[in-house]
Amino acid sequence: MGMTMTEKILAAHAGREKVAPGQNIWVNVDVLMTHDVCGPGTFGIFKKQFGPDAKVWDPEKIVLIPDHYIFTTDPHANRNLEILRTIAKEQNLKYFYDAHSPAYKGVCHVALPQEGHTRPGEILIGTDSHTCTAGAFGEFATGVGNTDAALVLGTGKIWLKVPPTMRFIFDGPPPPYLMAKDLILHIIGEIGVDGATYRAMEFAGDGVLALKVEERMTLCNMAIEAGGKNGIIEPDDITLAYVKKRTDKPFTVVKNDEDASYYSERVFKSADIQPTVARPHSPENRATARELAGTKITHAYIGSCTGGKITDMQAAARVLLGRKTAVPTFVVPATMEVARAMEHEKVDGATLKQVFESAGAQIAPPSCAACLGGPPDTFGRLNGREICISTTNRNFPGRMGSKESQVFLASPYTVAASAVRGRITDPREFL
Amino acid sequence: MEEIIEGKAFILGNNIDTDQIIPAQHLVYNLDDPEERKNFGRFCLSSVPPELSGLPNGHIPFIEDGECASEYQIIIAGGNFGCGSSREHAPVALNMAGVKAVVAESYARIFFRNAVNGGYLVPFETPQRLIDHIATGDRLRIDLQAGTLTNLDNGQTFSLSPLGDVAEILKAGDVFAYARTAGLY
Ligand code: SF4
Repeated sequence: MGMTMTEKILAAHAGREKVAPGQNIWVNVDVLMTHDVCGPGTFGIFKKQFGPDAKVWDPEKIVLIPDHYIFTTDPHANRNLEILRTIAKEQNLKYFYDAHSPAYKGVCHVALPQEGHTRPGEILIGTDSHTCTAGAFGEFATGVGNTDAALVLGTGKIWLKVPPTMRFIFDGPPPPYLMAKDLILHIIGEIGVDGATYRAMEFAGDGVLALKVEERMTLCNMAIEAGGKNGIIEPDDITLAYVKKRTDKPFTVVKNDEDASYYSERVFKSADIQPTVARPHSPENRATARELAGTKITHAYIGSCTGGKITDMQAAARVLLGRKTAVPTFVVPATMEVARAMEHEKVDGATLKQVFESAGAQIAPPSCAACLGGPPDTFGRLNGREICISTTNRNFPGRMGSKESQVFLASPYTVAASAVRGRITDPREFL
Repeated sequence: MEEIIEGKAFILGNNIDTDQIIPAQHLVYNLDDPEERKNFGRFCLSSVPPELSGLPNGHIPFIEDGECASEYQIIIAGGNFGCGSSREHAPVALNMAGVKAVVAESYARIFFRNAVNGGYLVPFETPQRLIDHIATGDRLRIDLQAGTLTNLDNGQTFSLSPLGDVAEILKAGDVFAYARTAGLY
C-alpha cells in the first residue's frame, strides 16, 4: 500500500521507509517560524530548558517575523519587539524581518513564501495556527505552541502523530465570481469546525490546479478552521514557478503514491458552489451571500493572511472601481510586497490604491491589525456593537475586538460588494 | 500528574476557542515574569459570552473581578475545546487560574498538544457529554487510576477515556523531560 504526500514527507523526515496514520514519530524540522506574540515566550522556554547561554540548533533554519502588534503604542507589545531584536542578535539569526526597519515584511504566512522559505517536500513548523497555509507549496506545515517550538529550537526535532488524509476534490475551474474563500467556507460548512481534527486536508482536482498560488494559500490557510493538522496541495508547474523565483535552495517534490489510501474523498462541482458567507460566531455557520442579502453591516474589513494577498486586493478593487463604500471600510495589505503592488497594479487605468481611496476606504500599513482584535488602538478593530463583514478567517466571539460585535466571513468580492451597499450583497450583482 | 484531582466544576459549551480562553489583547504580557504571568489567570475565559459562562444557567464569572485565580479547578466542556489559535497562553491562562484538568468531549489538536507538552493541565476526554449531567459549582473528584470522574455532590460516576500515548509525557512532567527519557538530547 502506498502513502499520501503528507505521509511520505513525514516518513522522509523521520528516516523511515514507511509511516502509517496514528503513529507517533519524531521528525526533523526544516524551518521554524515564530513572531512577536509567541517568539518571546518560545525563547523564554528554550532558555529555561537548555540553559541561559544555549544556542539554537541552526540559526539559518529559524525565521523571525514580527507581524501581529506592530503599529500600536501598547508598551508590552513594543517590548516584545525589543525582545525579538535581542534574541536575533544574540542567536545570530539569519532571517529576522524586524519591525520598523527596511527588512519589515508583514504577516508571516504571506511573507514566508514571498521570501522563499516555503519549499515542496519540507517540514515547516510555526508558532501560529495558520502555518498550515504553506501546505499550498506541497510541504507539511503546521502550527504549534511555544513549548513545542522551544524543543525544536534546541533539538531541531518535534514529535508528530501521522494524520490520515481527507481529500477534497474540486471539479472544473471555479466560475469568475467565486474565490478560494468560497470553496473553503463551503467545505467547513459541510464538515464542521472539527470535521478534520487530527487529519490532513488535501485539496485537489482541476478546480484547485486552476487557481493561482495565492488562492491555493487561502484553501490551506483555513484548514485549521476545520481542525485540520495541515492543508496540502500537490505541487505543479505553477507552484514550482513561484518557488524557484524566490529561492535557489534545492528541494524535493513529493506526490501521492498511486495506491495511497485516504481517510475520505469528497468531490464538489466548482460551478455548483455559491458565494459563501460564515455567520457569527463560527466559521462553520455557512450561508450563501444571497440567503443573507440585505443583512445590515456597519464595518467592512479586507486584510489578513487569508484575505490580504495581492489577488484579494485585486478582487476587492474590481468591485470597488468607480463605486463608493457605504460603511467604514478598512484595507490592510498582508505584506510590504502587497502594499507596493497596490501602488502599481491597475484596474481600468487606476491603481488598486487609488481605487480603494476613491471608494472611501482607509488603508493601513501591513500587519495582522484587527484580524485578531489586538490592543485597543489597533487599526480597524471592532470596539463596540459592530456588525462586520471581513475577509479574515475567524469570527469567534471577541476575535476582532469587542465580544459584543458580530463578524461575517466572506471572500474579498463579497466583502467589497457588501461594503458598497452597506448590507450583505452577492458579488454577482457587480461582476 | 496527580493521581486524584478534586475541585469545583465550571461548565462550558462546544467550540470554546482560544480567543475566548484568553483574548488577543492580553497576549502581550511576559510569560517569563511570575508577576506579569498572573494576568493570564486574571483574564482567563474573559471572552466567553456571559450567557454561556458557567452552564447550565450562565452569567457566572469564572474569575471574580480583580482576582487572578478561580474558585473552579475543573472545566467540563463540550466538543472541540481549545480550537483556533496556537497560543500557548491559553493552557497557561487556565493553569494560572488554578485549573488542574479539563474534561471535554473532544479537543482541537494544538490546544491538546500544548496542554500536554507544557504540562499545564490534564486534558481528559469522555465518551459521554458530561455538560448535561454536571452543573457549575458541583464538587468533583477525578481518579486517574480508576479512569473515573465522580460528582461528590450526588455520587454519580462517569468514565474517562484512556489518555493513551500522551500519558507518558504527562507522567514525565512535560515534553522536555519526556524527550530526555527518549534519548533525544
Ligand atoms: S493575519 Fe490574522 S490569522 Fe493571519 S497570522 Fe495574523 S492574526 Fe493570525
